[in-house]
Amino acid sequence: MTEWFQGTLGYGFGWFTATLILILMIALPLMLAVAMIIYADRKIWAAMALRRGPNVVGPFGLLQSFADGLKVMLKETIVPSAANRGLFLIAPILTFTLALIGWAVIPFGPDMVLSDINVGLLYILAVSSLSVYGVVIAGWSSNSKYPFYSALRAAAQMVSYEVSVGFVLIAVILWAGTFNLSGIIEAQRSHVWIINGFGFNPLLFPMSVIFFISALAETARAPFDLTEAESELVAGFQTEYSSMSFALFWLGEYGNVLLMCGLNATLFWGGWLPPIDWAPLYLVPGIFWFFAKIMLFFFFFSWVKATVPRFRYDQLMRLGWKIFLPISLLWVFLVSGYMMLTKEQCPTDRGILAAITTDEQADRYLPSCRSGMPNLSNGQRRAGAAS
Amino acid sequence: MIQALAFYLFATIVIASGVMTIASRNPVHSVLWLILAFFNAAGLMLILGAEFIAMLLVIVYVGAVAVLFLFVVMMLDVDFAQLRAGFAKYLPFGTLLALVLLAEIVFAIAAWNAGGIAVGARAAPVDPNVPNIQALGTVLYTRYLYIFEAAGLVLLVAMIGAIVLTHRKRSDLRPQNVSLQNQRRPKDAVRVVTDQPVGEGVRL
Repeated sequence: MTEWFQGTLGYGFGWFTATLILILMIALPLMLAVAMIIYADRKIWAAMALRRGPNVVGPFGLLQSFADGLKVMLKETIVPSAANRGLFLIAPILTFTLALIGWAVIPFGPDMVLSDINVGLLYILAVSSLSVYGVVIAGWSSNSKYPFYSALRAAAQMVSYEVSVGFVLIAVILWAGTFNLSGIIEAQRSHVWIINGFGFNPLLFPMSVIFFISALAETARAPFDLTEAESELVAGFQTEYSSMSFALFWLGEYGNVLLMCGLNATLFWGGWLPPIDWAPLYLVPGIFWFFAKIMLFFFFFSWVKATVPRFRYDQLMRLGWKIFLPISLLWVFLVSGYMMLTKEQCPTDRGILAAITTDEQADRYLPSCRSGMPNLSNGQRRAGAAS
Repeated sequence: MIQALAFYLFATIVIASGVMTIASRNPVHSVLWLILAFFNAAGLMLILGAEFIAMLLVIVYVGAVAVLFLFVVMMLDVDFAQLRAGFAKYLPFGTLLALVLLAEIVFAIAAWNAGGIAVGARAAPVDPNVPNIQALGTVLYTRYLYIFEAAGLVLLVAMIGAIVLTHRKRSDLRPQNVSLQNQRRPKDAVRVVTDQPVGEGVRL
């Protein structure tokens, strides 16, 4: 599509228009998905509590979220007089924006990705580490006790779980050999015999469980929702918010939950690949497999929310620092050890191999592997002169 | 064109937010301006084609270091009026420092314009087609492996030092022992009382 626009509108402007349209093609369905997922969340939660859930607005209550959205939009925005006005209004916008921009690098199907950058996973990590600011700024600028407590909790919680998420991602990257999310998905093709997905690998499955639980903590979902523990903190950082600024927090929160579900699917369960590497399954477009996986994970998220009681704060910290951190550290060690023993150690990437043309360069960069280099004759092998 | 536009945008915001970091009255605002400066510096790195460094800048500085800054500053009860009271006292020394820095910058730019000093061939000429994570990795884990590991050890020492400094045993706490709780079985905790006389409490 970008080429077509560039052909008709000129290079720069065509690129701009095409990208704008692509962004809208992701952001608008995402908003719709968030509305429906809030409805689904309430329905699942209700079903597990033997209630009916929303069932009045529209058929089966399907329009409930839209009715709520309309109601919230028509309310008055109240800014507390002691609040720090500018920051108070920036915080929800920040939360909402950060929930959206993470989707830029998520591949929805083969070649269906807005920006196929080679540091995709780092970008996701950067965005998720930024998302703590929305909560912290909201809590501080409200100038009220409970939001401030909530902001402190949020900051500590997100920073703690970021660490174990980082180690989990390292294990995935080691196995995939790339930071690019499309590359990570491709690496999962028939990973275990004919099954697609790192999660089916017994060595990586524990990491996928840790990642799932850390994702719950990162998005402050149910067992870890201490930032808005209503029995202690009223409504946490959202206490002073009303109307649209409140709705933006709400949308941002569920947008983040969807992003985390998408990441779970992408990193461990094959993204847009069908679960089994079997030709007829590829007739179904990849985007359907991806959405099916997201929905499955969202069901897990609401399942946990409906069944698991909230953690105490010290238990949350204990889980993050004393259990997840050592386990994921050990697992990075195990995975890298396994990779060292089994995988070929020398690079097969054409870019690197083409760049190394002289003996001196080979000694300098790849001292222990000279046999795989097409540009050098085999007789030239010498003892490595590393460092 | 778009690069120049992006460069001037990022550079202007970096400088402006740097100025605001110093000028803003509220320390929390200062930290937030500092974060904006970090973020736009990452943008400048992206223009240079150093996407790995840019992402690391955001993850490490914005995502971790600045959160701690913000955390500390939010908790502190800084009275800025009191801090500013010493402004006149430190003015001469501050001016001197500023002049020294200015002179150094001028010298650096002059030296740069004069052609710089030839430092010989660059240590690691890298093919521009190789993604910079790979390029960095091939250099870091072969040529500079020992230096890299030494840096890691320095960080480890710093971490252990921080833990030793802050760790203390408190005797007035009763910490939860989760494994002990999980080992508890009904027969350890439940006692059936049959011949309980009426009008007396259960003896525990």
